[in-house]
Amino acid sequence: MSLRRNILDLRKRKDEVRKGGGDEAIGKQAAMGKLTARERILAIVDEGSFHEYDMFVEHAGTDFDMGNKVLAGDGVVIGTGTIYESPVCLFAQDFTVAGGSLGLSHARKITKIMDHALKMRVPLIGINDSGGARIQEGVNSLAGYGEIFFRNTLSSGVIPQISVILGPCAGGAVYSPALTDFVFVVENISKMFITGPAVIKSVLGEDISMEALGGARVHAEITGNAHFFALSEKECFEQIKTLITYIPWNNTQKAKTFPVREPKSKYKIQNIVPADARLPYDIREIIKSITDGSEFFEIMELFAANIVIGFGRMNGETIGFVANQPKVLAGVLDCDSSDKAARFIRYCNAFNIPIITLEDMPGYLPGVDQEHAGVIRHGAKILYAYSEATVPKITVIIRKAYGGGYIAMNSRHLRADFVFAWPTAEIAVMGPEGAANIVFRKEISEAEDPDAMRQQKIQEYKDKFANPYVAAAKGYIDEVIEPQETRKILLHALRISASKDVQGPSKKHGLPPF
Amino acid sequence: MAEQEKTQIIIVHSAKYQTTYNKKYENRKVWAEPNFNHINSYIPGTVIDILVKEGQKVASGQSILILEAMKMLNDIKMPFKGKIVKVYVEIGQKIPKNFLMIEIEPLD
Repeated sequence: MSLRRNILDLRKRKDEVRKGGGDEAIGKQAAMGKLTARERILAIVDEGSFHEYDMFVEHAGTDFDMGNKVLAGDGVVIGTGTIYESPVCLFAQDFTVAGGSLGLSHARKITKIMDHALKMRVPLIGINDSGGARIQEGVNSLAGYGEIFFRNTLSSGVIPQISVILGPCAGGAVYSPALTDFVFVVENISKMFITGPAVIKSVLGEDISMEALGGARVHAEITGNAHFFALSEKECFEQIKTLITYIPWNNTQKAKTFPVREPKSKYKIQNIVPADARLPYDIREIIKSITDGSEFFEIMELFAANIVIGFGRMNGETIGFVANQPKVLAGVLDCDSSDKAARFIRYCNAFNIPIITLEDMPGYLPGVDQEHAGVIRHGAKILYAYSEATVPKITVIIRKAYGGGYIAMNSRHLRADFVFAWPTAEIAVMGPEGAANIVFRKEISEAEDPDAMRQQKIQEYKDKFANPYVAAAKGYIDEVIEPQETRKILLHALRISASKDVQGPSKKHGLPPF
Repeated sequence: MAEQEKTQIIIVHSAKYQTTYNKKYENRKVWAEPNFNHINSYIPGTVIDILVKEGQKVASGQSILILEAMKMLNDIKMPFKGKIVKVYVEIGQKIPKNFLMIEIEPLD
């Protein structure tokens, strides 16, 4: 009977830890629309699959009377589970325990599960909900953050790392999410900033709310720190689960494959694109007209919407899509869209995901603000990322492919494996309007009717160069295809590229312009 | 093509494209030529001391204002020999970045 007593004692101890910061603190958490740390984990993983570790770890603080305090699990939950039967390691900071503040033991629990994830080569999901460093523990908290950042970097490109911001994540703490692959935020719940509103006001006199300074929308739309934006925790968890289906467990594997489905018949690829290259359309319609089941899982939907990135499947296999979006800023490349695309291309390359590029862009965004914001430095990232990538790389030029943008968008010259063009493609140094103004400057200015002459010369240039055949004549394009053949040809190209193997020169690491 | 959103125009290489702007593009700063007679704050902070008066003639390199920012006392100096036209700040005032503090004019 003594065994039974031991079991009852164990249960009591575990129940005590599961209470976290107690009913009052949990009530406050709920009032903010927030679940508790354990509820969040259970909402993400498969039912019955979660196992928690280090429940009885005690905090390491001794100063300022901390020695007498009990902090359940030291304010963080760690464990392992599965999502759609794929293994994952997780940690979730518990705001109800000392505000989820990070002390030495708290950090050690996190680094323990990070080490585990890296050793087992499985994805890591971290839920951040913390007031920041536990000030009573002094430099030990800083050491804790440093150990986490180091492991984020070590694991980068080896296992997928996902950060979920479900509460405050301020000061140094922001740099763990910033080092990970995907950051999820929820409106009115996520708050990320280096310096909070109170300090900004006292030092600088600028009065701003937390939401306006570093809320979910700010990071999804303006800073580009967040990749996924949701209106509720529930929606956020669904996004995480969907993402997990598209990515592999680690960098030596491929993502799980799914049964092939034809695109939905409502997406008629030949009816989406206006023939006039100056009119907009939604490039996501084109993506949906070629992916399995017309499914497209968009990443960073709100940030730099002039380029679209995300995952879809073809022949059941995960594909990364990079596509200019004529609907927003005419699909130009600029600082933000280059950053966005370059990082995604590198992600796909690290995790063995083939890349399909859909091109329709008039060039780089003109403007002093762009030049001074470093469009040269940022624009170079996209060239670097495409050139460096060794996964299958396929380009379809839909309409405009002008100038530097043509080179940057996975051209033959950056070692695209296949470059296809629609008959509507225009591959040239610049658009006919700009080119005619330069090439025929003299004729136009000396003409009796300069406007009529300009129109005539634009047409002349258009007839000669605004087509795919000049580039096809040089072999820069492999094939000019009919729009409705696009999916079929892409499936073929992907099949041919399935065992692609290219090796670059050996190096410690490259030096991309970041 | 069902919904017709409000379209805007982007001009790239003389061609006009119908498209929509994003918030960042709409809020972008339009570049203006800098006025060298305006001494603006290059960092947000607090005016600790004003060392000149309106109408005063000041040599190049002379300190004219102390701006405290990030716990540092920044010595703002006269960029060229000139006259103080107008002082726009007071001691103790907290100012944002790019705030016009002092207007000057050059003297030969």
